[in-house]
Amino acid sequence: MSACIGLWCVAGLLGIAAAGIVAGRWAVGTTLIYGASLVASLVGLAAALWHLLAGAAPETLSLALGLPGIGAIFRLDALAAFFLIVANLGGAVASLYAIGYGRHDTARLRVLPYFPAYLAGMNLVVLADDAFSFLVAWEFMSLSSWALVMANHRAPENARAGYVYLVMATCGTLALLLAFGLLAGPDGGYGFAAMRAHHPDTFTGALVLLLALAGAGSKAGLVPLHVWLPLAHPAAPSHVSALMSGVMTKIAIYGFIRIVFDLVGEPVWWSSLIVLAVAAITAVVGILYALMQNDLKRLLAYSTVENVGIIFIGLGLALAFRASHMDLPAALALTAALFHVFNHSLFKSLLFFGAGAVLTSTGERNMEHLGGLIHRMPKTAALFLVGCASISALPPLNGFVSEWLTFQAILVGPGLPQWGLRFMIPTVGALLALSAALAAACFVKAYGVAFLGRPRTPQAEGAQEVDRFSLAAMFILAGLCFIAGVLPGLFIDMLGPVVKDIVGARMPVQTFLPWASIVPIAETRSSYNGLLILLFLAVSGTLAAMFIHRYATRATRRSDIWDCGYPDPSVAAQYSSSSFAMPIRRVFGSTVFMVRETVDMPRPGEMRAAHFHVKVLDPAWRYVYGPLARAVMRTAVTFNQLQFLTIRSYLTLVFATLVLLLLVVAAWR
Amino acid sequence: MAMTFHIALELIGQAIQMLLVLAVAPLVLGITRKVKARLLRRIGPPLWQPYIDLWKLMHKEAVLAHNASWLYRAAPYLVFATTWVGAALVPTYATSLMFSWSADIIAIVALLATGRFALALAGMDVGTAFGGIGSSREMMIASLAEPAMLLVVFSVALIAGTTQLSTIAETFVHASIGLRVSLGLAMFAFVFVAIAENARIPIDNPATHLELTMVHEAMVLEYSGRHLAMIEAAAALKLVLYFSLLACLFVPFGMATTDKGLAALAIGFGSYLAKVFVLAVLLPVGETAVAKMRVFRYPIFLGGAFAASALAVFLLFVSRGF
Repeated sequence: MSACIGLWCVAGLLGIAAAGIVAGRWAVGTTLIYGASLVASLVGLAAALWHLLAGAAPETLSLALGLPGIGAIFRLDALAAFFLIVANLGGAVASLYAIGYGRHDTARLRVLPYFPAYLAGMNLVVLADDAFSFLVAWEFMSLSSWALVMANHRAPENARAGYVYLVMATCGTLALLLAFGLLAGPDGGYGFAAMRAHHPDTFTGALVLLLALAGAGSKAGLVPLHVWLPLAHPAAPSHVSALMSGVMTKIAIYGFIRIVFDLVGEPVWWSSLIVLAVAAITAVVGILYALMQNDLKRLLAYSTVENVGIIFIGLGLALAFRASHMDLPAALALTAALFHVFNHSLFKSLLFFGAGAVLTSTGERNMEHLGGLIHRMPKTAALFLVGCASISALPPLNGFVSEWLTFQAILVGPGLPQWGLRFMIPTVGALLALSAALAAACFVKAYGVAFLGRPRTPQAEGAQEVDRFSLAAMFILAGLCFIAGVLPGLFIDMLGPVVKDIVGARMPVQTFLPWASIVPIAETRSSYNGLLILLFLAVSGTLAAMFIHRYATRATRRSDIWDCGYPDPSVAAQYSSSSFAMPIRRVFGSTVFMVRETVDMPRPGEMRAAHFHVKVLDPAWRYVYGPLARAVMRTAVTFNQLQFLTIRSYLTLVFATLVLLLLVVAAWR
Repeated sequence: MAMTFHIALELIGQAIQMLLVLAVAPLVLGITRKVKARLLRRIGPPLWQPYIDLWKLMHKEAVLAHNASWLYRAAPYLVFATTWVGAALVPTYATSLMFSWSADIIAIVALLATGRFALALAGMDVGTAFGGIGSSREMMIASLAEPAMLLVVFSVALIAGTTQLSTIAETFVHASIGLRVSLGLAMFAFVFVAIAENARIPIDNPATHLELTMVHEAMVLEYSGRHLAMIEAAAALKLVLYFSLLACLFVPFGMATTDKGLAALAIGFGSYLAKVFVLAVLLPVGETAVAKMRVFRYPIFLGGAFAASALAVFLLFVSRGF
């Protein structure tokens, strides 16, 4: 039933995409297309929610499409239902936002047809149950999002972003193709059911895991495969950026979970070591990059890299526990990862919507040109603040709960028998704490520079509040962040069947615990109660305010800035984005990023302007992609000589190849 | 009937804890200032001076910059609330109070991070260079201190098998844990972290204005009147919170645990006050012995804390006996 509805939604979205080609000619088309996408996503969301909450059995559907003899198989189980919820919730909210935001779009025909197609692609990846349809859907998702990245193709940096994205997506799919090839084995059973039944040996299993880590990881943004992400995500229109960061990275994580946890089966313990190392580095490096950015959307894209790292830390822990048959801790770690998947899809979409609102109203993405928006866009500012606090893992909001669960899983780590893991896991824990603290610094910077302070440019000075659709979309997401933080038990229980399907155990039922607290293992061990914390904060804040208003004077005077007696009227005297990041750049950046600061200060009496220039290098470009590109270039140049040979040489070459092949065949037999 | 009476008693126990930390906080500050003054051969202000200061600030008019937003006015209350709730959840005179399970040590540390987040934003609200410098440095220090703090939590949790503060304290009181290298290292790291988090010398100087190296004071420079009173009270509470945490994690002796009789509670009360007094005397002694550090030497200071706590954790992996 639900699977059927899901497929109809995909068909509907494809139909809307086709209609978009026509409707894009008129301005009213945006409302129609986005409205229709909203409805289709809501139907898909309802079907997936129903499937998950009713605890329905997995459903399989087979359509006569795709490869002859196999057809296209689709399946909806608890894991797929959960990711459908994430995808369709994101899709629905993005459509709602776009009804307002899309009006400002200048190139409607470059966005409207691809947006529903992109939603359809993401739904299809989750529903696919054979390697062929999975890969086709995956590529469809990549290409439709590529088209959206190229929506504003005249900007040279967007063209570059599109190119890098295309190359990375192709390489990622290649890795997945190889992984499926290994899983299918010599008999070529490309259906997921056949792969599930046939367990690969340890070596093949580990190889598949590494290929899936590369393939899905390049889409999700694991370091060092993340380089396309901060280029491509900000280049797209903001509602698409939200989908790419908030949802598509999650679809990639779905691919990893499906392949590694579901299809491969039992993992070897040292493979989790690799996942954990990559994940922890991703988390820290991602947020450090984010801190160095001045472009608001690029900062958000880098912070996605960090959050993907946090999710993969949970997945790596789940792999480690699963390899040692510790089912309950594995369930805890996987729940933490999936909960963070859900949470991140909420607050990252919210933040990208906020950045989009700022972009619409000021035309600026560079934070150094913003400031003081809290006065001009009060509602957007308040909602963006909720997103910032959530992503910085602050109680009582939702980001904290999933990170807290991850920490609880880390604290079970010493129970593992392997020495390598026992030393690795506390290190990962410390790096996770570091990334959480840096995330707080990063979002204080983002909010403080863009929304607080004094406006730095006339554009920021003249900003206006955005339309109601955009505000409604942001409000829904902020509300969900709040609910997921205060009543996390509900969401953890929702994840119960998903986790049980995958690792064979689930976290204890949380919903009926007193005061809606969450207890991951046992009450003597640890518990957290978001509701009570919120209540306490409200009560003590109110008590303090009441006390002050009863016993203190209420006299308030507005005056000029004091600034210790030396106020500087120039808005340039405020702390800017790069000056805020300076201490952290000094402490962490000089080794990790090889930051170069050049100061050009004119001598007294010289009349030219002073210059300060910061250059942040991405080691991934320098050490991985630079040499790679040079090697490709060198090979190409070497083989280029083959283009200018005489006909005799070509014939000789052909003859030599033929003889060589015959020799190989002879030797083979 | 007995049930309601029991709940009422438990509520009272929790309320006493909330009021206790609030009442003690300015006094602790007064003690540290007095001891410091005596060590510098000054008379120093009387012990109750912080109470008077708070009262005075509450009755001064609050001056706001023209462009101060609602966030600037709300932040002091939020900072105060988070610190107060955090301090009320750390066991002081007795364990397992009514709501002690609603947050474990990780959540309490995160609650303080919420307050810091609000204050750092408030520092940037008016758009001055001093506010920005304070916020930026405060966040940098936090990012250095937090990993070390987590490893301290990790090492304590490895011994006690829990992150619940009440259970940790009970384990340490009842089970014969003895003197341990790992706990010593963890305590060393914790003290470093606490100094950094509370903006004390050598990281920051709470008694200064207009010094280029100041952090916390720069962040709250624009505040005045009742808002400043809230922030000062929160700062005092935070110091008490860290004292209580130190007492609870490393010297929980005397705390009323399973026996909640009047005598046990009295012992718990007395020993808590004694512990806080000792710590309030030790802090200025340490502070007068060292000089304030340059900003870019903080990583070395906090890196030392990180190394010590990491060593504690790794020692515990080699053997739980360390």
